[in-house]
Amino acid sequence: MCLAIPAKVLSVEGTKAMVDMGGIRREVSLMLTPDVAAGDYVLLHCGYAISQLDEEEALETLRIMEEAGILEDALAPMEDS
Amino acid sequence: MKYVTEFRDSDLARRLIERIHEAARKPVRLMEFCGGHTVTIFRYGIRKVLPPGIEMVSGPGCPVCVTANADLDRAIALARLPKVILTTFGDMFKVPGSCGSLQEAHAQGADVRMVYSPLDALRIARENPDRMVIFLGIGFETTAPTVAASILEAEKSGLENYFVQSMHKVCPPALKALADSGEVRLNGLICPGHVSAITGSQAWVPFARDYGLSCVVSGFEPLDVLQTVLMLVRQVEEGRSEVEIAYRRGVTFEGNAHARRILDEVFEPCDADWRGFGVIPGSGLKPGKRFERFDAAEVFDVDAGPVVEPVGCQCGAVLRGVVSPAECPLFRTVCTPETPVGPCMVSSEGSCSTWYQYGGGLEV
Ligand code: SF4
Repeated sequence: MCLAIPAKVLSVEGTKAMVDMGGIRREVSLMLTPDVAAGDYVLLHCGYAISQLDEEEALETLRIMEEAGILEDALAPMEDS
Repeated sequence: MKYVTEFRDSDLARRLIERIHEAARKPVRLMEFCGGHTVTIFRYGIRKVLPPGIEMVSGPGCPVCVTANADLDRAIALARLPKVILTTFGDMFKVPGSCGSLQEAHAQGADVRMVYSPLDALRIARENPDRMVIFLGIGFETTAPTVAASILEAEKSGLENYFVQSMHKVCPPALKALADSGEVRLNGLICPGHVSAITGSQAWVPFARDYGLSCVVSGFEPLDVLQTVLMLVRQVEEGRSEVEIAYRRGVTFEGNAHARRILDEVFEPCDADWRGFGVIPGSGLKPGKRFERFDAAEVFDVDAGPVVEPVGCQCGAVLRGVVSPAECPLFRTVCTPETPVGPCMVSSEGSCSTWYQYGGGLEV
């Protein structure tokens, strides 16, 4: 339930951002992380970026997550709704 | 060691496991507070690769599991109201209340919709101006700020048909209740990673200082958890009880102060009823005065009927870390993910469903 996944911010418009999560694009809210800019990595939870990530560490996590198949699990509820 | 083969970087995992074996001298009992960590631990067979002296106990950190039946019943009663659309995270859909679940209410005609984000609930409210859209606010400090932000957005855009039934809870009071009860003696705590992203690791300082618990904030990959266990074992061996962060890419000591400001602007503390613990003072969150019109608890008057607890279910004791799922007589026999008796078997992060799915109950 408290799972958050890393995503790369592609572009920012006001409090909204387009992010890339392992190849999937999605619009998210930056209301909780207003200082984020394009190129940053964030932790994504329920459509909101909840914190900024260290980029090098984020790439590493994303790679590990893709390999471990956790990314698909985290996205499953979106397809249901 | 072979139980970590699913994880590709097994070299690093192996090295961490070796270091844990080298470091562990005394028996230690560690609790992972968060259900997400329980899943990682079982999915990658981490318990099996640790030295026998390290005992791992699962804690109450599954927001779905700790939701009391009275709150579930109220949610189901809300869903049955005419003109209401009840929106919820998928995890809540199948959880049995005193009589029936949201899923059953849905089958009987209630408009219950699963959403991924409170933003989806806002969109549904905008698209259905003649309906009342209630979002079931469930979750800890990780999730509550996102719901607080949705209420601010509803206020800003003048949305009048969006409501939140808050069942949000905060972690430290529950952890304090657990520590004060003395039911489980712990040496160390695997602190929740994404709760800490908001609260900062500072939230755990009282537990290190006042209760002598070694505390390490962990991420959710197997290497994260192994690194955390190693840091905890070292603390215990060296007689230290401090707050450290293994999950440095996502968590700082301060956390996300901006998100906490939004949380504090919208919500205020209240008492909350936790399955297995009862009412814990100040452990819940409800919309404050300015946001009363968004508070489904204030706006909707429903009679949810008498509360009935599932007969024989040990979820309360499982959540307190006092018994393991396999010690529940219903585990695997009567209670399965297809026919769940208690919420710990329904939620994807519940201890019972995790044990069931990853074979944790086959050995005890
Ligand atoms: S196995 Fe089922 S009945 Fe037993 S504690 Fe877990 S959820 Fe409750």
